[in-house]
Amino acid sequence: MFAYIARRIVYVIPIVLSVALVCFLLVHITPGDPLVAVLPADASQELAAQLRSAYGFDRPLPVQFGLWLWRAIHGDLGNSIATGRPVLSEVMHAVSNTVMLAIAAAIIGFTLGLLLGLIAGYFRDTWVDKVATSFAIAGVSLPHYWLGMVLVIIFSVQLNWLPAVGAGAGGSGAWAWDWEHLRYLVLPAITTSVIPMGIITRTVRALTGDILSQDFVEALRAKGLRETGVFRHVVKNAAPTALAVMGLQLGYMLGGSILIETVFSWPGSGLLLNSAIFQRDLPLLQGTILVLALFFVLLNLLVDIAQAAIDPRIKRS
Amino acid sequence: MSTMTDTALQAAPATKARGYWATVARRIARDKVSMACAIILVLIFASALFAPWLGLADPYQGSMIRRLRHIGTPGYPLGTDELGRDMLARLIYGGRLSLIIGILPVILAFVIGTSLGLVAGYVGGKLNTAIMRTVDVFYAFPSVLLAIAISGALGAGIVNSIVSLTIVFVPQIARVAESVTTGVRNMDFVEAARASGAGPFTIMRVHMLGNVLGPIFVYATGLISVSMILAAGLSFLGLGTKPPEPEWGLMLNTLRTAIYVNPWVAALPGAMIFAISICFNLLSDGMRSAMDIRN
Repeated sequence: MFAYIARRIVYVIPIVLSVALVCFLLVHITPGDPLVAVLPADASQELAAQLRSAYGFDRPLPVQFGLWLWRAIHGDLGNSIATGRPVLSEVMHAVSNTVMLAIAAAIIGFTLGLLLGLIAGYFRDTWVDKVATSFAIAGVSLPHYWLGMVLVIIFSVQLNWLPAVGAGAGGSGAWAWDWEHLRYLVLPAITTSVIPMGIITRTVRALTGDILSQDFVEALRAKGLRETGVFRHVVKNAAPTALAVMGLQLGYMLGGSILIETVFSWPGSGLLLNSAIFQRDLPLLQGTILVLALFFVLLNLLVDIAQAAIDPRIKRS
Repeated sequence: MSTMTDTALQAAPATKARGYWATVARRIARDKVSMACAIILVLIFASALFAPWLGLADPYQGSMIRRLRHIGTPGYPLGTDELGRDMLARLIYGGRLSLIIGILPVILAFVIGTSLGLVAGYVGGKLNTAIMRTVDVFYAFPSVLLAIAISGALGAGIVNSIVSLTIVFVPQIARVAESVTTGVRNMDFVEAARASGAGPFTIMRVHMLGNVLGPIFVYATGLISVSMILAAGLSFLGLGTKPPEPEWGLMLNTLRTAIYVNPWVAALPGAMIFAISICFNLLSDGMRSAMDIRN
């Protein structure tokens, strides 16, 4: 097991470096001078040159990348141009809100997805299966930002039950675990949960069907095992793949939250990314994407290790 | 004599191929869900294509006195938007841009990704490692984040949004193409073609492309649904089309301010995206099961 973990960690190092390279290059595919956002329009040539060397833009690209990487490893992702505060602390603060949203959505989406998938796979081609499959296909086809709008229309505008935007009085800094604040989480979490719900339902349904058609299930039934016992075997066999899909979905929810956070003005990493893009705050844009991508890589690593821990076949391949 | 053998050799696989695809087509035609989706899609495509000849109102012509009319107002069957423009006209005209920015990235990625995957899978060795490891790097980003990152760095615009979505989908299609190609490469008929002196380019084009395109095509059809949602999403954020152009994602964004006044008109453009996306998903599912002849 330790050998496997070590091998996986070694394999992650080049990925992390390439992710850093992509994030670094993002700033350099930006049209125009990266200094445009900081330079006043009437800046003199000398001031521009001075700033260029202060930011290191006058050095060759590989040197710039090396310096940027060195600072990034030490937790220095530069300062936001808009606020002047360190990028890392801005990002981490926002990410914590996104994690909260993603976990709430995961609880809803994963529970529903696993339940619907197991039921649909077990009662294949019955009406229960058809209902569950329709839910799943609707879930993966919904433009989730639109679903967010529709939920706001129903539950905020028409029924006036739940708040439409924000994270409660005092913003994200004054968050507390009471209903006064939690009710702000309900609509964004439901909206976020719909895609993973659909994907997990579809995956688990297919898995269940595959497992049930295998010979060993026939053997279990032939030797007189009750259906509840057969069901336990199905769950055990489906677990490693289901776990991998859930891990990936959690990663997508963390990294792809920008649309939903924009609809609900949820103060997470997606909203931060949105403002970074439109204020042309390049260090913030670069830093947010780097942190989110690293979270995603780390999550994938953890899922692989967890999968190997519950399924001994994986280590051998 | 030799010409006779040649015709026989060429005719044999051709009839077999027609037989397979004819079976698949028949199975799709018999699937009610797939056919319903195909009809809906054809209607939406046709109305977008022929929009100027449908006798619709001008999608750009607004009016301050008839803003945000409700659905069913006489003269405005689907109401009017926040600038008093006819919603029905804007939804139908909106299909033109929305469909282009949603589908073009998948077509581009289909061409680029299939070529990359085919070459990587067929040639193997170092070239495979080089292509597939590069593909892995893009898998280290959640696809929405990657699309936003590239789009955000390049700046707003239709071309930039198409470019960024293409970059998101190329690795995904390349991975599917590579795994299908690797599976087909070691089959006997490829070996036979090689033994009879066919060069690598001929083998890839004549013998392998037909066998790998099916699964990749089905995968790409499913991607259109994701691409439509993401493309409209980029416009929704303000990274795609610019006003006053009718485009579903952008329309959702500008109508968002109107949800307290006329909520259901504001929600209409999203329903269009949803309809297209669910139809492509169901069609992709239908094709997948139709091509799975074993069942």
